Amino acid sequence: MNNILELNGVSKTFAKFALKDVSFALPEGFIMGFIGRNGAGKTTTIKLILNMLKKDSGIIRVFGKDHAQSEQEIKQRIGVVMDQPFYVEEWTPADLEKALLPFYAQWDPAKYSAQLEEFELDRQKKIKAFSRGMKLKLMIAAALSHQADLLILDEPTSGLDAVARNELMEILQTFISDENKGILFSTHVTSDLEKIADYITFIQDGRIVYSDIKDNLLEKYSLVKGPLGILSPAQKKLIIGYQERSVGFEGLLDRADLREMPASILAEPGNLDEIVLRFNLGKRTHE
Amino acid sequence: MLNIILTNTAGTPIYEQIKGQIKSAIFAGELQDGEQLPSIRQLAKDLKISVITTMRAYTDLEQEGFVVNIQGKGCFVQFQNPDLLREHKLREVEESLSAAISAARMAKLSETELLEMFKLLLKEDDFE
Repeated sequence: MNNILELNGVSKTFAKFALKDVSFALPEGFIMGFIGRNGAGKTTTIKLILNMLKKDSGIIRVFGKDHAQSEQEIKQRIGVVMDQPFYVEEWTPADLEKALLPFYAQWDPAKYSAQLEEFELDRQKKIKAFSRGMKLKLMIAAALSHQADLLILDEPTSGLDAVARNELMEILQTFISDENKGILFSTHVTSDLEKIADYITFIQDGRIVYSDIKDNLLEKYSLVKGPLGILSPAQKKLIIGYQERSVGFEGLLDRADLREMPASILAEPGNLDEIVLRFNLGKRTHE
Repeated sequence: MLNIILTNTAGTPIYEQIKGQIKSAIFAGELQDGEQLPSIRQLAKDLKISVITTMRAYTDLEQEGFVVNIQGKGCFVQFQNPDLLREHKLREVEESLSAAISAARMAKLSETELLEMFKLLLKEDDFE
């Protein structure tokens, strides 16, 4: 299986923030959710992939090619949807096409028209009159029209209601029905979009906490709860994001550590929300 | 005809739920030998779940001998192990008979009466 995107030991240091030794790989044909809090390093990582920021060290490969050496070639095949859009609000979708056409050798006007129609976007209407969901769909329509093989979406769900998120999921799953494509999307809130992610990369304070198949992550950790006073200090230390309340404790536990715990402890399957929350509370990295 | 209804509250992993429901559909005769299942990517889309989860369900079903994945063609129901289906059917018969025995006990039927009734029903059904 080929990796459509691959980062190996990527670092970048700023005055107040550093991205350290970031490594992950997205195989062709799959969707990766890139999760972490605001300021954890998601947008920085995406900008490094796109060579909008220069990395200090490490290797980044897109479609198996070095992202800087083959930048022009790679960008023809990437569709990017950033939090800050690249269009002018006064433009219409027709203006957007005129602006993008010279940049993309593979631009397909018929495909663009078909996508606008499918997404119910008025070609002559000013973009500023569009809702957040419509703007997102316009960006995706543009990406699909230049035959992108890799979609990179930075915080696509922010400001979207449940209906628009559902529509986005459908669009992404349709895109990935072609096994040669790939999707990386970032999000700071775990939303329903994670349901369709095959891989999860979890970043915290500029470091990768976890990057693997989502189902493995969900099987690795259990949510644990129990009454106060049953755990020894050593047992408490095993629990990630351990929290005591007047009515009991809760936290996250690596399932392998479950045998170290008293039998009366309640263990439930973990979910992404709780995993992110507990790691942030615990501020400790697990590999 | 294949229906798959997933729940997030059961605590059963999604791939297990898919496996279980496809197996039930096979046992119930809703899926026939040789019938094509939805493609991995189509099923993932329809269920709004990841492709990998769907792949895992299909791979497990193949290993257990319920389906066969043909590269480039799709996934097909195939009883590589006909004993499995027969065993399941035998268990169904046993369960139904046990239920009949319990009901007979409640109705205070004698063994002879129950057997008579059973023979009569077989005859009416032209069972061979």
